[in-house]
Amino acid sequence: MLEINKDNFQEQVLDSPDLVVVDFWSPKCEPCMELKPHLEQLAAKYSQVKFCELNIIPNRRTALNQKVFGLPAIVFYRQGKKVAELTREFEIEDVEAKLKELTE
Amino acid sequence: MEKNYDVIIIGAGPAGLSAGIYASRAGLETLIIEKKIPGGQAAITEHLENYPGYFQQGNGAELMKRMKDHATHYGCLFARDEVLSLELQDGLKLLRGKKHNYVSRAVIVAVGSKPRELGVPGEKELSGKGVSYCATCDADLFQDLELVVVGSGNAAVEEAIYLARFAARVTIVSVHNSGNLDAEGITSERAMKHPRIEFIWESVVDEITGEESVEAVAVKNLKTGNRDRVKADGVFIYVGSVPQTGFLQSVLELSHSGHIETDEKMETGLLGVFAAGDVRRKPVRQVVTAAADGAVAAVAAEKHIRQHNYYRQQIQDRKGPLVLLFWSPLNQDSIDLIPVVEEFAREHSNKFDFLKVCVDRERLISEKFNVETVPQLLLVNREDVLTRASGEISPSRMEDILTIARRE
Repeated sequence: MLEINKDNFQEQVLDSPDLVVVDFWSPKCEPCMELKPHLEQLAAKYSQVKFCELNIIPNRRTALNQKVFGLPAIVFYRQGKKVAELTREFEIEDVEAKLKELTE
Repeated sequence: MEKNYDVIIIGAGPAGLSAGIYASRAGLETLIIEKKIPGGQAAITEHLENYPGYFQQGNGAELMKRMKDHATHYGCLFARDEVLSLELQDGLKLLRGKKHNYVSRAVIVAVGSKPRELGVPGEKELSGKGVSYCATCDADLFQDLELVVVGSGNAAVEEAIYLARFAARVTIVSVHNSGNLDAEGITSERAMKHPRIEFIWESVVDEITGEESVEAVAVKNLKTGNRDRVKADGVFIYVGSVPQTGFLQSVLELSHSGHIETDEKMETGLLGVFAAGDVRRKPVRQVVTAAADGAVAAVAAEKHIRQHNYYRQQIQDRKGPLVLLFWSPLNQDSIDLIPVVEEFAREHSNKFDFLKVCVDRERLISEKFNVETVPQLLLVNREDVLTRASGEISPSRMEDILTIARRE
């Protein structure tokens, strides 16, 4: 997964023409930490999709601008637009289902 | 065929992990099944200040990680799965999971609870959009913003103090009269003195509003009925918890709130099924009481397994008639009878085997043969009772037993 920040969010996510998955996380968020290895597996499995991770602690403004108000949050972007979002209560299976739906 | 464990613990919170440590140290083959993160609710608690010996050094997640490492160190195994049902079959427990099935001789239910929802309009719609149940997850997002915390207990007040490190202002909405919180004194005092924490007393939040994210809550005064709009960027809800016992509804009697009734050994109404931690009906639900429950349940489970083995060896695997004398060290008549029956058994050792059973120690055998009073003398063939004598047991009664045993 590509580690991104407030300075390259525009370029890496919003300017990308293809599907981008962003994991908004924080090291203090236990459910986020639990999810991480599973997301990495998905990133390897769906290598055609760009997976990014954004630590919200140094990039809080970016998260709020993206309307992320709760963690964990997985947001799917395409052509600079938010196309789907999973937040708080979801399982890794839900992330994969969404991925399948969006890559079909 | 599934692997047969001695003990399966459902849930890896403090109760389950503590049970795992005790059970695996006792040499039992132990598996903990957890559907989510090990550590349970304690793992998402930032302020954990009342676990004995653990202070000023870390949060709930750190303590839970240590408990997990501790259990693993003694050989406890872990599986990530969600248990959907529990069945009893010939003294074995069958657990059906989402991914696999599991078999064990004892089960400890330590599934804990999850945060209770308020059940007000806007809560579901704005969940993850400013409505939160996890301060450690989301506090950083609310730097310099305004927050409302709903609740009066330890969790509400402790997390409000944590949130006040980030937020511009935290308003605690409590149902109680001014100055009355359910949280511990030291915690309540700290909150009341905090420059960025305010209180709205005798009130409830009855609506959460906002377009894309939380913008305000409606606070209703319980005495006057007046409703006020309070601006908020986030709402953190700590109004207790609900036990995750739905999957046990058909096999266990649950309280109206879904909690499991146990005796002091953590045993439920089902032989060999124990419960520990927040799922139990009990007055204090803390990490330390959950851990204590886990230890008690593991010791009781070990005892149950030992009795189970004893029962199989002595009763189920035996060939030919067996005389059982049920006695108790608290009953003099039954003690007096021991040498008499022993002598009788020695004389006729070619006709039947003999076993004396202490009802206080060997609960399983006693229950299997429905022995509630002592002394009792039974002639059995495996699990079939051929004859039974209780109360005053005369020599002629013993002769009857001999006659029946001869026929076998």
